[in-house]
Amino acid sequence: MIKYTEDHEWLKLDGDVATVGITEHAAEQLGDLVFVELPDAGAEFDKGDEAATVESVKAASEVYCPLKGEITEVNEAIVNDPSLVNSDPAGAGWFFKLKLANPSDIEALLDEAAYKAIID
Amino acid sequence: METDKPLSKTPLHDLHIELGAKMVPFAGYDMPVQYPLGVLKEHLHTRAAAGLFDVSHMGQILIRPKSGNVEDAALALESIAPINVAGLKEGRQRYGLFTNDEGGLFDDFMVANRGDHLYVVVNAACKEQDLGLIRKACAASCDIEAPFERGLMALQGPSAEAVLAALAPEVADMTFMDVRDVDLDGISAVVSRSGYTGEDGYEISVAAGDAGKLARRLLSDERVEAIGLGARDSLRLEAGLCLYGHDIDMTTTPVEAALTWAIQKVRRTGGERAGGFPGADIILPQFENGAEKIRVGLAPEGRAPVREGADLFADETSTEPFGKVTSGGFGPSHGGPVSMGYVPSAQGEPGTIVYAEVRGKRLPLRVASLPFVPNTYKR
Repeated sequence: MIKYTEDHEWLKLDGDVATVGITEHAAEQLGDLVFVELPDAGAEFDKGDEAATVESVKAASEVYCPLKGEITEVNEAIVNDPSLVNSDPAGAGWFFKLKLANPSDIEALLDEAAYKAIID
Repeated sequence: METDKPLSKTPLHDLHIELGAKMVPFAGYDMPVQYPLGVLKEHLHTRAAAGLFDVSHMGQILIRPKSGNVEDAALALESIAPINVAGLKEGRQRYGLFTNDEGGLFDDFMVANRGDHLYVVVNAACKEQDLGLIRKACAASCDIEAPFERGLMALQGPSAEAVLAALAPEVADMTFMDVRDVDLDGISAVVSRSGYTGEDGYEISVAAGDAGKLARRLLSDERVEAIGLGARDSLRLEAGLCLYGHDIDMTTTPVEAALTWAIQKVRRTGGERAGGFPGADIILPQFENGAEKIRVGLAPEGRAPVREGADLFADETSTEPFGKVTSGGFGPSHGGPVSMGYVPSAQGEPGTIVYAEVRGKRLPLRVASLPFVPNTYKR
């Protein structure tokens, strides 16, 4: 199941762990990324906390934690090569894995059709 | 900023829209911040081949001496700028500063001796102010024209010479800061061999009605890409060049801003035309005694960009900031983050480590010589 947030993130749920990334739309809007800062594994966030930072040549932007949970793994590959986020935002450009405090929270997020409606 | 006024458009506005530019308000104009290529690739393309920039928003001002003797205009301009204008030969251009009574800067600009008049190019956001300053200083002896509607574009990068020489072979003979009238395949232009990217290149002034035709002609050369304000900013930052309103402003003196090279000896203490400009009593002693703070290049030791506004500290724990970052971002050609800012003069030596606060963390930066990327001006 893939869900989306109004902050242009996607979540792919496997058991109670969600893989989180930013959408293609977000990657396009940000432009070519030159720097990514990820949280530490083990860090706990509430929904809406600043979990990661991405920077283009021009500006810095925050990536918000989409739901309450604990970071179990981060994608060091995008730290070493931020361009992966632009070239493959829904795949190799994932950001982190989040063990959801309440897995049922994900039901309230947007499905693909609802997300597409807000970016069109 | 005046937010109620509708945005002005440059003569190339239609072309920007046609090219798919992302437009933003800048200094009262609707300007392209980037094209579909994106800031990173636009930046790299300029340093690899050639980039075309619309800088028509900048202010073009002509100062014509009533006597016909351009020295009269030069001496009048020298009363508001601490530079050697009278010694500027016909067909040559140089960088200048308008100072205030406190030794700070109203603006920076370019001035050219065009034989029977001076041609001045000032920053967009300052052009009405600068026109006022010039009128006050020069109107008694000169007629002032402000053709703000004219087009101005910059063609920058290693292929700029070959691209422009295809329209007018003689531009290849120009050296850095030469200015000439050039017929660009039927379009009458004032061309200078200059720019603000650190690259060799040209700035080209044409009538508003000719701007679109010339820009399309230049863009039809496959070596040329349209470049937006985003890459213009990262290019000039790598080149160590100041952006008015950020790295220099009403509170920074030329000595603090490390722009002493812009004040020629003839205007300094002991020079033939020493002083005689606003703030001379503050600026000239700083040549002997130094200033408390100094603008320096700052190379972050890590990979995180350190941007404008970040406070600078002596060490990781000090609570009082001792300086500030005034420009900062990622330098695509440098291959890492680059910044500029002000530190106490005692900490201004290259190699000194200072700390910036970014997202609650203290990040080390090394004071670096400018520019970050060597310039390629054709001397």
